[in-house]
Amino acid sequence: MTTLVQERKNKHIQNVQNSPVMTSADYVITARDFSVYYGEYKAVKDVNIALNRGKVTSIIGPSGCGKSTFLRCINRMNDLVPGCRTTGKLMMEGIDLYHKRLDVVELRRKVGMVFQRPNPFPKSIYDNVAYGVRLKGRPPQTQLDGIVETSLRRSGLWDEVKDRLKSSALGLSGGQQQRLCIARALAINPEVLLMDEPCSALDPKSTARIEDLIAELSGEYTIAIVTHNMQQAARVSDYTAFFYEGVLVEFGETSKIFTNPKNEKTNDYITGRFG
Amino acid sequence: MNSHLRKDIENLKIRLFRLAAAVEENTRRSLKALRTLSTALADEVVKADIDIDRAEIETEEECLKILALHQPVASDLRFVITVLKINNELEHMGDTAKNIAKRIAFIKAEPPCKIPFNLEQMSSRTLFMLKSSLDAFSMQDSKLAIGVCRDDEIVDSENRECYSNVRRQIAESPESAPSLINYLLVSKSLERMADLCTNIAEDVIYMRHSIIARHNLDKAASQIESEESNDRV
Repeated sequence: MTTLVQERKNKHIQNVQNSPVMTSADYVITARDFSVYYGEYKAVKDVNIALNRGKVTSIIGPSGCGKSTFLRCINRMNDLVPGCRTTGKLMMEGIDLYHKRLDVVELRRKVGMVFQRPNPFPKSIYDNVAYGVRLKGRPPQTQLDGIVETSLRRSGLWDEVKDRLKSSALGLSGGQQQRLCIARALAINPEVLLMDEPCSALDPKSTARIEDLIAELSGEYTIAIVTHNMQQAARVSDYTAFFYEGVLVEFGETSKIFTNPKNEKTNDYITGRFG
Repeated sequence: MNSHLRKDIENLKIRLFRLAAAVEENTRRSLKALRTLSTALADEVVKADIDIDRAEIETEEECLKILALHQPVASDLRFVITVLKINNELEHMGDTAKNIAKRIAFIKAEPPCKIPFNLEQMSSRTLFMLKSSLDAFSMQDSKLAIGVCRDDEIVDSENRECYSNVRRQIAESPESAPSLINYLLVSKSLERMADLCTNIAEDVIYMRHSIIARHNLDKAASQIESEESNDRV
């Protein structure tokens, strides 16, 4: 059994190493033998993966496979879950994300998060975007206006809201609210953007807007997206990681995973034979 | 999810097997008509090709429907793409069988001559290649598929030999030229049919291993070999 686990682990390391020629500087997030436990339950098992700088990585797998758990570890969201602990290493730019002296607030500035359901604050559109920036300090008003405008432009929302910045964010449609949340995450200039099923509560048109946005943001931001929508993973991501029962089964270029996955389980999952 | 896709893929498989059976049967009848110089049987072959053409269009429409409605990926995607391509090869094969049948009336109308190639041997080899390529598809057997690709070289050389024989025989007895040219066209059709069987075999290799074997069979064969030995380890 141990040998099997070791073999599997070696394969994962090989997967990472076999990804297009990259040096360690090309990886923003690196996991080495990283595991997550909820009490006694091991939700993520000895994961080895490296997320490439400026690329979009989709994390797919059936419910309960550990994909969201893994994603949330990247900005330490799981700290809020009682009984949650980790082993192994999860690094960002060479910094151990679970180091006891790590400033978690600072980490969350560098790693933005967008959730399944849009969660704007009950404030104005402007204040939603400016919120994180104000927490960091009090920039001059003109600078703040500039940040709000740029962030809203980048999330593709500016033209729709520029005349009602002081209106409540709760008056926006679901798709607009989700793009507002993305603008809020972008305003603090993160390096990594985590998205946990960002389109699952949206209609097809709003989904398409978010997907276009992901494409526009890639290159500048490293994006990791958890999705149940296989076609979405195929459309938006450069790399895909398939998790099953807490194990990273396969990781590779999306074009290869969706045409010729190496692992039978991956093939069976993406072709809908289970899950 | 996807019980609809499973069902549609099963139906597509059945549809392709039916088409393959029809093409195989028509090819056999065409070669039998040639051996016996039966124009009645040749006419039946020509008529039957209409059904083959219709079945090809229906299969293509079914493939397009699956692609549009289910957006298959991985092994399912490769399967549908392979069916789309094999469907096309089978239709060409049906046309080739028809072309052979059309030669029979011309051959019969001319004075008899010595057939410039081993008709029995070349036809049975081509039919064996057809059967093997379809078996390779149904069993997803890449070894069988590689064998089909290798056999193509033998049929090619038989066709070249036929060409030399036709040249020589025309020089020896120019009055046999019309018949000989018709036999040369038959030989060329059999060679074409073997090419189409090879295409089917290459499609099977793609479906099974996602390797494009066209133009470089040896490389593909060694890739498959190393892939399979890795799996054994």
